[in-house]
Amino acid sequence: MEVQDLAQAYRLFECIQCGRCTGGCPMSLKTRFNIRRLIYEALVDEDMDLQSKEVLWDCSTCGTCTLRCPKGLDPTDIVIGMRSILVDGGRIPPTIRDALKSLAIRGNPLTMAREERSDWAEGLGVREISEGAKVLYFVGCSPSYDPRVQKVAKALVQTFKKADVEFGILGNEEVCCGSEARRMGETGLFEMLRELNLETLEPYPVELMVTTSPHCYDAFQNEYQGLDFKVQHYTQFVAGLIDEGKLPLSKEVKRVVTYQDPCFLGKQNKIFEEPRKILESIPGLELRELDRSRERSLCCEGGGGRMWAEGTNPEERLAHTRVQEAMDLGAEVLATACPFCLLTLEDAAKTVAGEGGIQVMDIMELVVEAL
Amino acid sequence: MQASLDIANAGFLVYLVEREPSIGGHMAQLDETFPTLDCSSCILTPKMVDVARHPNIQLFSYAEVVGVDGGVGHFEVGVRQKPRYVDVDRCTGCSLCVEACRLKGRISSEFDVGVSKRGAVYMPFPQAVPLKATIDPERCLFITRGVCGKVPACKEACEAEAIDFEQKEKMTELEVGAIIVAIGFDLFDAHLKPEFGYGLYPNVITGLQFERLSSASGPTRGKISLNGQEPKKVVFIQCVGSRDKSVGVEYCSRVCCMYTAKQAHIVKEKIPDAEVTVLYIDVRAFGKGFEEFYDRVRSEGVIYRRGAPSEIYKRGERLIVRAEDTLLGEPLQLEADLVVLAIGIVPRGDAQDLATLLRLSASPDGFFQQAHPKLRPVETEREGVYLAGCCQGPKDIPDAVAQAKAAASSAIIALRNCIEVS
Amino acid sequence: MGPRIGVYVCHCGVNIAATVDVEEVTRFAQGLPSVAMARDYTYMCSDPGQALIKEDIKEFGLTKVVVASCSPMMHEPTFRGTIQEAGLNPYCLEMANIREQCSWVHEEEEEATRKAIQLVAAAVDKAFLLEPLEERRVAVTSAALVIGGGIAGMQAALDIANAGFQVYLVEKEPRLGGHLAQLDKTFPTLEPVAPLLAEEIREVEGHPNIDLLTSAEVIGLEGYIGNFKVNVTDQATIRDLKVGTIVVATGYDIFDARLKPEYGYGIYEKVITGLQFERLVSLSGSRKFWVNEKEPQDVLFIQCVGSRDKSVGHEYCSRICCMYTAKQALLVKEMLPQARVTVLYMDVRAYGKGFEEFYDQVRGEGVLYRRGNPSEIYKNGKRLIVRVEDTLLGEPVQLEADLVVLATGITPRRDSPKIANLLKLPRSPDGFFMEAHPKLRPVDTVTEGIYLAGCCQGPKDIPDTVAQAKAAAASAMIPLCQGQVKVEAVTSIIDEELCSGCGICAEMCVYDALSLHERKGVMTINEVLCKGCGACAAACPSKAIKLSHFTPAQILAQVDALV
Repeated sequence: MEVQDLAQAYRLFECIQCGRCTGGCPMSLKTRFNIRRLIYEALVDEDMDLQSKEVLWDCSTCGTCTLRCPKGLDPTDIVIGMRSILVDGGRIPPTIRDALKSLAIRGNPLTMAREERSDWAEGLGVREISEGAKVLYFVGCSPSYDPRVQKVAKALVQTFKKADVEFGILGNEEVCCGSEARRMGETGLFEMLRELNLETLEPYPVELMVTTSPHCYDAFQNEYQGLDFKVQHYTQFVAGLIDEGKLPLSKEVKRVVTYQDPCFLGKQNKIFEEPRKILESIPGLELRELDRSRERSLCCEGGGGRMWAEGTNPEERLAHTRVQEAMDLGAEVLATACPFCLLTLEDAAKTVAGEGGIQVMDIMELVVEAL
Repeated sequence: MQASLDIANAGFLVYLVEREPSIGGHMAQLDETFPTLDCSSCILTPKMVDVARHPNIQLFSYAEVVGVDGGVGHFEVGVRQKPRYVDVDRCTGCSLCVEACRLKGRISSEFDVGVSKRGAVYMPFPQAVPLKATIDPERCLFITRGVCGKVPACKEACEAEAIDFEQKEKMTELEVGAIIVAIGFDLFDAHLKPEFGYGLYPNVITGLQFERLSSASGPTRGKISLNGQEPKKVVFIQCVGSRDKSVGVEYCSRVCCMYTAKQAHIVKEKIPDAEVTVLYIDVRAFGKGFEEFYDRVRSEGVIYRRGAPSEIYKRGERLIVRAEDTLLGEPLQLEADLVVLAIGIVPRGDAQDLATLLRLSASPDGFFQQAHPKLRPVETEREGVYLAGCCQGPKDIPDAVAQAKAAASSAIIALRNCIEVS
Repeated sequence: MGPRIGVYVCHCGVNIAATVDVEEVTRFAQGLPSVAMARDYTYMCSDPGQALIKEDIKEFGLTKVVVASCSPMMHEPTFRGTIQEAGLNPYCLEMANIREQCSWVHEEEEEATRKAIQLVAAAVDKAFLLEPLEERRVAVTSAALVIGGGIAGMQAALDIANAGFQVYLVEKEPRLGGHLAQLDKTFPTLEPVAPLLAEEIREVEGHPNIDLLTSAEVIGLEGYIGNFKVNVTDQATIRDLKVGTIVVATGYDIFDARLKPEYGYGIYEKVITGLQFERLVSLSGSRKFWVNEKEPQDVLFIQCVGSRDKSVGHEYCSRICCMYTAKQALLVKEMLPQARVTVLYMDVRAYGKGFEEFYDQVRGEGVLYRRGNPSEIYKNGKRLIVRVEDTLLGEPVQLEADLVVLATGITPRRDSPKIANLLKLPRSPDGFFMEAHPKLRPVDTVTEGIYLAGCCQGPKDIPDTVAQAKAAAASAMIPLCQGQVKVEAVTSIIDEELCSGCGICAEMCVYDALSLHERKGVMTINEVLCKGCGACAAACPSKAIKLSHFTPAQILAQVDALV
């Protein structure tokens, strides 16, 4: 695709240039990334030099713009379309190129070995899905390989067992859901990963897939077609367990907690209540709401390839602002339900709060404290 | 009201059925009207009084149409008169009951759109026609629970012995030759745009709530203030719930650009040192005197910035409005003490019921469909049934009045021809 | 027994009561001689307020009533009706405006109360001298005149005719249809105009109650509501028509694009107006749309030409151009899918039913909307260059075009001063005919019996024109239905003994109500034409004219009370 094709392909003519997209974009708070203007230039400027627009890599694909557009356009998708033109032209930040290469070769963007993917589960008595369970736990790349996020996977396993959930994992057969690949502009790679996963899943009589990451959830729920099983994010599943009385939370967790709505869980998929339900079910836990919550949650800058690209303004980090907001609220714990939020916010907390300051935890880590 | 007056003046009997306890509709809630800045109730009440005293108009207030049979020239209409639990022949409108009500100040006032509270027995507004008390059957302690103190407070206070808890609904059958539907509109529910924090932040209000604040006979006596504080930075946001596929409302509500300009002017007039900003996409100042009014409002120092806001959040005590100024090409974070959402006009929630009764169809935008989009703006597909006002589509007062007169013209023609035939 | 005056001081909620001590004013009034009783109340105009007055009239035998409240413009008719219902002559009412002229313009309570007291004193003293006046009624000629045979005129005529009344429809041109006949398709439905119009015209021409006079003009008007006498000429003959009411539907003209020389209209062949575009499209039978001997590649539409423009003296918005341009842009895209079509705008005013959805549709077809009002057009070889700042990019651009369409605005007709003079119609600042009240009386004029319909009152599209024409028809047919009209009771009276017949009063009178009685040698007043303005009374050098309800004695009584 060329720049000149963008207008037709993405219906750019329908844009009335109202500015709600850029006005709500988290990146416009700290960079010159202006999606409205990019759309307009793509419309009116035949000689638009897309290749020089480094700001395109600032976008975290949080989806606020698409959520706000009054004319039904999808600016997030337009950014991805523009990135794919850059990718075709070879103009990508080297760190992104590396991540994409790793995805293509190893099935994960973290340059880790395929054979080590399910090492985290060692000794936990986790079954493979080939053994026939109806519930598939789709672990995801970060939870599989990143030591910090492995704790979340382990917490989930612990919880499933406590609730007597019969589940299985794909083990080393699992490959990246491809969500980030698509968002980095590599549609072909995404399609390849998708096909691989579908092939892998084919023989198993899975009825329900539960994911750690909202990104995986979003991909399977919205971008994979032809699934013959339901997909849930773990917050939906665990909230369901609590509702059905299968998960007794008896130990007190006396902490003041606030919750970061991850963009891919909240804004994009409207899952706001279940995470809160889980937190409120934990005895002793006091839940305080951040002002910018739910549809207005402040993006952590983790998605859209941002884990592999610093962007045009690395000095300012929205995660720092977010941690400060949580601290101003008097929270001891900033809880979240997404690996990217967990990593970026924890990193920020180290800088802003220092040792002994506010803790960043995944909801599941709080749940296991209450088991 | 306009349609009734015209038909009545042409010599025909008119039954005017109004669902609320008083006639007047939304115009009674407005402070001043654009672009002339007339006091709305001042120009409205003479019309209301004309309706009340017209020998050819029979007013059924607090009543609704529950059945329609027949055709042009011979409709049979069933009207249900709802019980006010107040004997209107005895009630003098003195309001002693309203003062006495034990629930006074506890029920959100519909007329003041929640800016003030009323009791279970209430007077909709001071210039109501008819000026009679009404008891809210869903909130009144005596009606819902059988007990209100030793004696219901209103009954005790009423010197005219007008309180009547035994009152029943009354059904009437009317025979009419023509029907005009003028049931008006509702306002877009701003809760449906959660990104603006309406309902969460007390200083984010709707355009109609602003009217009640700025109205001299309103709950704050015309002072623009929330919690005793006068705002110094006021931001108006256009197109809330209009031109917006994300909430399923594609159409333009037609009046908001102008009502916002008027409200911005009012703020500048009442709080001269306030910073007033209007955030817009297109300024639709299309009618007579509109562009000139828009020019005037800007010359008074109201700043128009092009960019529809995306969200509002709080920083300390201040509200921050996030938008992009599309003419500067720069994202904005505007501080505000008061944010006024220019909410759009939507079809009434109960329009569908009436549509079913009358066998009327709706346009894709949800408003009643006229017989032909260009040449038949007031006729429907059903002969003898005509449309007037915002139930056919958003419009301002002069256009509503003109359309009401147009509907009256069609009705008069039908009635005169029916009489000739018979 | 002298007059027994009742005085009512209205609080008007807090409008008056917040600034004026209404109780003190009431006490003052009670103390005046000839005031039988005085009271104050929250809203005199409300049902209970009026009931108070009626009861008091009966109980206290009041013969005159003073209401101290808002401007008489608000509720004089209301209170006149009230006292009439209680058996008094409606002209035994005097109002003191203690709101617009007192509480609304003064802040200091003491000052405002003092002034209110003075105003009430003046009103009471005048009320003392008020005389009952007779409200006369005259019969109405059962016919209407509609001036103008465009869509507004035709619709108004049809409605009045369908109600069973005789209508004279006078049209200047040889054919009916006005500007609508020049259009190809209408927004937003894109249906062809011709069949719709033909249907209307057929109905008008065939209607038994419509007397159609084409190629005819109104050249003279006399009379008053219910009894107008109109002279109509068709070059050959002059007819005298007698009608009861008149609807003015004279339509509009188009802005002359030559007044914006920077666009090169009239110089460059390929710069055309919106109306010319309509003709081009409807005449292009096979839809072949050629410019420069081939299909245009780039077509540019420019909004707001001659509207929203103080530099050409047209501040107002022409209301229809955003939509007609969108329609035209869509038509170009349909005829020439490969062409690049751009609309240069300032604000897109797609306000009406189906308009925004149509605007969405037009953009969905690939019409490009760029924000910016062009500054000039010049030529480069065979192509035109439009210079404009794209305000969303914040950069000046030079756009090439094969065809430029100027969305010229609607203006009042060039002959509207003539019509205005003939019919004594005032005009609004924008030049269009002025309605009686911009909010609540959009079709009435200050002259009773004359109504406005369509674009002569202000720019509007077809549905709004049709609605307004029907509205004017409703207003016009009501006096015809009633068969009689009330005549203004407040008129001038001539003292024949003092009158020398000099005629100065007649020169002053804008209603032509005064004329010389040949035999008596004195002036006479046509009480039906007289509107009671008082100009003649002021002008008369012999003080021979008195305006009833505003006699010198009454006015002096007010002045005495005030000072």
